[in-house]
Amino acid sequence: MAVQLARPVKSLATGGSSSSRRRHQRGAVALFMVPFFVLFAAVTLAPLGYAAWMSLFREESSGLGFGGTERVFAGIGNFTEALTDPAFLGSFGHIAVYCLIYIPVMIGGALALALLVDSALTRAKRFFQIAYYLPHAVPGLVASIIWLYLYTPGLSPVTEALQGLGVHWNFFGADEALYSIVNVSAWQWIGYNMIIFYAGLQAIPRETLEAATVDGAGAFRTAFQVKVPMIRSTVVLTLLFTCVGAIQLFDAPKLIQLRATELGSEWSPTMYIYAQAFESRDYGLAAAASLLLALVAGLLSFVVTKLGNRWKAAA
Amino acid sequence: MSTQTARPVRTTVQAPPPPIPQPPRAPRQLTSKLAVHAVLLVFALYTLMPLTWLVIAATKNYRDLFATNPFALGDFNLWHNLGELLAYNDGIYSRWLANSVLYTVVGSLLSTLISVACGYAFDKYEFKGKESLFGLVLVGVLVPATVVQLPLYLLASEAGLVNTYWAVLIPSLVNPFGVYLARVFSEGYVPGEVLEAARVDGAGELRTFVSVSLPMLAPGFMTIFLFSFTASWNNFYGALMMLNDEELYPVNLGLYAWQKSVYQQPELYPLVIIGALVAVLPLIVAFLCLQRFWRSGLTAGAVK
Repeated sequence: MAVQLARPVKSLATGGSSSSRRRHQRGAVALFMVPFFVLFAAVTLAPLGYAAWMSLFREESSGLGFGGTERVFAGIGNFTEALTDPAFLGSFGHIAVYCLIYIPVMIGGALALALLVDSALTRAKRFFQIAYYLPHAVPGLVASIIWLYLYTPGLSPVTEALQGLGVHWNFFGADEALYSIVNVSAWQWIGYNMIIFYAGLQAIPRETLEAATVDGAGAFRTAFQVKVPMIRSTVVLTLLFTCVGAIQLFDAPKLIQLRATELGSEWSPTMYIYAQAFESRDYGLAAAASLLLALVAGLLSFVVTKLGNRWKAAA
Repeated sequence: MSTQTARPVRTTVQAPPPPIPQPPRAPRQLTSKLAVHAVLLVFALYTLMPLTWLVIAATKNYRDLFATNPFALGDFNLWHNLGELLAYNDGIYSRWLANSVLYTVVGSLLSTLISVACGYAFDKYEFKGKESLFGLVLVGVLVPATVVQLPLYLLASEAGLVNTYWAVLIPSLVNPFGVYLARVFSEGYVPGEVLEAARVDGAGELRTFVSVSLPMLAPGFMTIFLFSFTASWNNFYGALMMLNDEELYPVNLGLYAWQKSVYQQPELYPLVIIGALVAVLPLIVAFLCLQRFWRSGLTAGAVK
């Protein structure tokens, strides 16, 4: 680590034994930084390197399969296997469809709520912010369990109410399960993102809004032609984080899949990796899939950032 | 893990500004105000309903859970359920709760201290290669922890750390985003002149950090702590991979294990429900008490 040449910054008062002070500061920098970087190397860099190594090998059963397995060099075999595996590619397809439904619902919902809360009575504002943000305090797995029960006929007030309305909706059906997963995510995140958008709205200079009112713009026009454009960079940033989050989706589908068995255990990329490693015991393939997922996540961040920048530049 | 990466945004909260004088169109405004509040209220029902149901369901025994209306009260069995929860399997649940506290509270405290020290050093000292080292931190911010989880498992199993406390605790200590935030906070909260003064007074670097800078960084410390805390309280994927031994489970993994066997042992239903409630309550209380810090974490600071 390059911490050898520590010296004081913003040094106003120099003097005295500056070389011994410099030595002390060098020691301090090392003391402050070494714990993080040692752990960072052990927990992020080393595993990625190790996974790259592991991904080059394949477990092969020797002989008739009685003698256990041995590790053989596979080159890029695991990568080609993952990339031609319909289950792996399909898991990305599932996430894409999930995003198509989830992102408009979540971003649209959060934005609408933020605009509405912005025009609510002051005292109500506080209550609604707390009420909407509260689901975010619930751990993802517990949220998934609660909703799993709320989807379960007999236990749930929701299914009961739907039946009362004459609606037949099977939350665990092959097609409906996707919406069940979207709902869990939306419940957890709409309020969180609403708070972020709301804070953005609060930061809009009041003169701008007054000018719009003076120019005769109604509430709707002010909302969509003044307020939303002013927080578009926040919206883009949220979109980016939502996509990066979606690609890691695990808890909700894993839980919903306990009942909606048609989803299969390889529904999302992270579920696929888990299944390869812990059900098929194919570590090489799982390592290759992990690295591919890391690549996709990185590219995704990059693309959405670029897109966001272009949008901002056009504004 | 959750479905989105938490982070603050570059916006500042301002005091509510004086109301804009509106042209007098009172009746229409009243209707629209009512409509606004009606919509907001309906959505509040959506966000609060699951938690309300959870509280009601936690008071029911197994028979009432399925036999009574989900929002009606059955026989009041809350304390009975709680007793069952704590007694089941020699009190395994309290063990999980203690493990969760270890993984989240102890883990997040250490993690925050490590991140704050590192971010502080990035801000207050100059050394060769500083910015490229910081670039490495930013790369760490961009690589989601989930993506590294399986590689981490493979390495941990090679090192013989799988199925130990360390397998969950050590990864939770690393929070590159916390380092980033700490640098930003340190720039904002700790003036260089104060450090100079402390040095002139003869305080060593470590002493200065602990007794001068750290107190000034307290709000930032709290914000980073909460980020780290949420991340580890949500960490299900990692624990699922790393732990086999029931004794080492955090609460969420334990509840998942019960949920998996609920279809063979339906008497576990009330336990999962009360277990979920007990796991969520402290978080909700903490959330309500620490609102200020959650909000500042969401809205203060700056990002990328």
